[in-house]
Amino acid sequence: MIAERYINAVVLLGLLVVPSYALMVDEPFTITLATRAVVLALAAVGLNIALGTGGLVSLGHAVFFGLGGYAMGILAFHAQTYAPLSLGIFEIGGTKSMPIIWLVAIVVSALAALAIGLLSLRTSGVYFIMITLAFGQMFYYFAISWSAYGGEDGLSIYLRNDFPGLNTLQPMPFFGLCLALLCLALILHWRLLLSPFGLALNAARQAPQRVETVGLNPMRLRLVAFVISGAVTGLAGALFADLNRFVSPTMFSWQLSGELIVLIIIGGVGRLFGPVLGAILFVVLEHWLGAVTDFWHVWLGVILLLIVLFARGGLLGLLTGKEGPHV
Amino acid sequence: MKQLMLAAAVGALSAASVMADTKIGMITTLSGGGAGLGIDVRDGFMLAIEQSGRSDIEVVIEDDQRKPDIAVQLADKMIQSEKVDVMTGIIWSNLAMAVVPAAVNQNVFYLSPNAGPSALAGKGCHPNYFNVAWQNDNLHEGAGAFANTAGYGNSFILAPNYPAGKDALTGYKRMFEGDIAGEIFTQLGQTDYAAEIAQIRASGADSVFFFLPGGMGISFLKQYADSGVDLPVVGPAFSFDQGILQAVGDAALGVVNTSQWNKDIDNPTNAAFVESFGAKYGRLPSLYASQGFDTANLLLSALDKAAPSDADAFRDALRAAEFDSTRGDFAFGPNQHPIQTIYAREVVREGDVLTNKIIGVALENHSDVYAADCKM
Amino acid sequence: MSTLLLIEQILNGLQFGVMLFLMSAGLTLIFGVMGLINLAHGSLYMVGAFAAAAVAGATGSFLLALITALAAAATAGALVEIVVIRRLYRATHLDQVLATFALILIFSEGTRWVFGSFPLFLDIPDALSGPVSLPGGIKYPLYRLALIGIGILVALGLWWLTARTRLGIQIRAGENDREMIAALGVDISRLYTIVFALGAALAGLAGALVGAIQSVQIGMGEPVLILAFVVIVIGGIGSIKGAFVGALLVGLTDTLGGIFLPELFKLFMETDAATQTGSALASMAVYILMSLVLIWRPTGLFGARA
Repeated sequence: MIAERYINAVVLLGLLVVPSYALMVDEPFTITLATRAVVLALAAVGLNIALGTGGLVSLGHAVFFGLGGYAMGILAFHAQTYAPLSLGIFEIGGTKSMPIIWLVAIVVSALAALAIGLLSLRTSGVYFIMITLAFGQMFYYFAISWSAYGGEDGLSIYLRNDFPGLNTLQPMPFFGLCLALLCLALILHWRLLLSPFGLALNAARQAPQRVETVGLNPMRLRLVAFVISGAVTGLAGALFADLNRFVSPTMFSWQLSGELIVLIIIGGVGRLFGPVLGAILFVVLEHWLGAVTDFWHVWLGVILLLIVLFARGGLLGLLTGKEGPHV
Repeated sequence: MKQLMLAAAVGALSAASVMADTKIGMITTLSGGGAGLGIDVRDGFMLAIEQSGRSDIEVVIEDDQRKPDIAVQLADKMIQSEKVDVMTGIIWSNLAMAVVPAAVNQNVFYLSPNAGPSALAGKGCHPNYFNVAWQNDNLHEGAGAFANTAGYGNSFILAPNYPAGKDALTGYKRMFEGDIAGEIFTQLGQTDYAAEIAQIRASGADSVFFFLPGGMGISFLKQYADSGVDLPVVGPAFSFDQGILQAVGDAALGVVNTSQWNKDIDNPTNAAFVESFGAKYGRLPSLYASQGFDTANLLLSALDKAAPSDADAFRDALRAAEFDSTRGDFAFGPNQHPIQTIYAREVVREGDVLTNKIIGVALENHSDVYAADCKM
Repeated sequence: MSTLLLIEQILNGLQFGVMLFLMSAGLTLIFGVMGLINLAHGSLYMVGAFAAAAVAGATGSFLLALITALAAAATAGALVEIVVIRRLYRATHLDQVLATFALILIFSEGTRWVFGSFPLFLDIPDALSGPVSLPGGIKYPLYRLALIGIGILVALGLWWLTARTRLGIQIRAGENDREMIAALGVDISRLYTIVFALGAALAGLAGALVGAIQSVQIGMGEPVLILAFVVIVIGGIGSIKGAFVGALLVGLTDTLGGIFLPELFKLFMETDAATQTGSALASMAVYILMSLVLIWRPTGLFGARA
């Protein structure tokens, strides 16, 4: 069996080497695929903070992914059409600057996570799964009917947004940005796990009564985790929208929430690199199976089923021989 | 460099014979709920390519699963990795909006075999974008015009609450001269229309216009037929195409719908198309199949004159639209959308299959209102 | 709006609710007894509809189609339980969600493999087609009245089953204490298979009945599945009574919301804007209802445990 840190190192190295090689042999699409994997991984890292560490099975994380996407879409749309964005009393211009867009995406999704968390964390177990799903559906239907920003058609942004000093229109620099943000998020999650907050959160998942006994409030711990989690997923949404130069209500769909969970599970729940490995595997499967057969969903389903039934702990569990934490 | 120029010179001398291989990228919906439409477009398109007998055309086909992000990713793949010259295939307006503007700005030609969103017909028109099917409003405008000739004075209208649905009602109202008894936006994907039908019954309308594509239309028509409300219904062809008509069943009999194509349009190209499509795939072609077939033939006619690498000449060749369309006469307007006749069709039974029969012309040589906004 | 129209719309809401109940009853039963979240319940609904459409197409008999739908869905359910679900009872909710999500993919694309991509045809039987006149002059489709009747009969049947039969006693005991009834000599794995097949059969029945007035197509199960989850969460998971009340609440909210919300907004907005805002809000109404119920009672109206 292989130690987890070696696998993590190999995964990181692979994320650096494969796109660089693709750049050398002029295969830009491979870089695009790698970017997709990295952005999905970032979204799943966000969910993993709530789900893996906090034990909160949210089937509504697409809300934050979509909010991040629409933060990018709306700001860039107003910059592209030169129409100021009216916020009741005052007006602001749109922007094509990535750092500002990221900030807005993070703040908006954190606020949404705070509101949704306050309401949903009153419930637990299946009820929590279902109420987060319900919030996802509300946002989905709202986005479909919101004709000012394209409704179901979504919003097209013709050119990717700018980052000071980089040509983001080239696949490689944009990939580099996404990878850097993913690394930051991984470091955040890692520091979180080692911090007193992370330890308390872990304890709140495993034995909430004991946590209460020592004077901590599990509900507040979970709420903070949920907000951080939502913010990270929101940032991923903004990047995803920029990768596609397009946002639409499908970013809010419950299937997307399901897919984020799928990523975590096939990689390994509650492990730092589980979502990363899962996202890479998912993108490879999607690309490769899709080319082999029209009915690739059947095979994806079979693979997922086998993983759940026989490979507890996902791919990382399989490779390290350890099941990993229970959620 | 010299060799390249030489090749180009030779190419110009005998265009058809020495042309380099042309690569075509088709992104369409082949799995999930709306797969029937994509399969028809693909089959129609490939039939024409096969009949041309040309071996220098390579078609790369990919399934978008009706998801915009997948479509965008596939488009990146086709442009960056496959290096296609021409793209086509997208069925849905929202997917087209996600893919087309980026693609045509990267110097790829896009021929639309189905979706025609207004944003791409007006201000957002582009010299590399050609629509071979219709502008989205066309068939709804046809329905409005038919309602006038049929003498309807008071229509109840309904469509799903999303942009194409709003366009549909606007399109109908643009042509219809009578009153509107009621207007409803239903949920996208709604399957039960009992509440809407009750409102229709109570509204005092003398006719009903609806745009409910795919399964929504099947549900509505079956429930409407069973409700005992017997007002005449008119709608665009999307709820009456060959693929889903059998699933609607007798509930569709006698309903008038508008389309730019039908299998009984009388011209040799169409007759040959209907016959060969049936022989190859064992089913009657739908309007989507005819659109795929026309798209391929337009492309072939342009390839006979110029290669896509010679963008200006190729564009001119596409604009000329010198091919035999299944619709008879075919021409592009200034925004490179079709100017065509919209027919009124009626659902009839032929043997044991339901199909459509043309009963008249709804709009002759019709263009679209957005063409005026297009500056190219 | 006239009283007659209002009554007709209430009937529509009832009919929708009763069909939702058929879906939710199975779902809530399976959760109550086995503690399993089954996302693939919608696929069994689809199996019922496709089986009914295939048999009705071949034989022309609607009754035969209904029987086949019941049998096909029950068989598919039993098969799935034995091959896959059985291994998930001890798993976490997370694993259950994922495995049954995988089953949706397999069922949907597998059905497309067998039946092709186009919707199938299934029609109302002649004996039940067309409208009837109700007292007060309301014309209402006979088939929908029949649906309301069937739904209420099934609800009564389920009540009788759980309250009055040996199997029902075992089911209720299984909900309360799994280990105990195993210790008392009840073959628990057989009981689970039966309960799962029963839930599947109800979903298949709903699929076939609804398929006759809607379209029989791939993916028809998922929208209903989500609504069924809303229903059982509102009612309290595991409670059949809760599922019945929840289903009627959701059916009425959805139907009446779609009519009254646009009318309400017309009082203080322009017609176009009002219809759009009203429709948008109507499509969110059941989810708003559900979150309100959960915020008020975190385990649903009749739910005992989380």
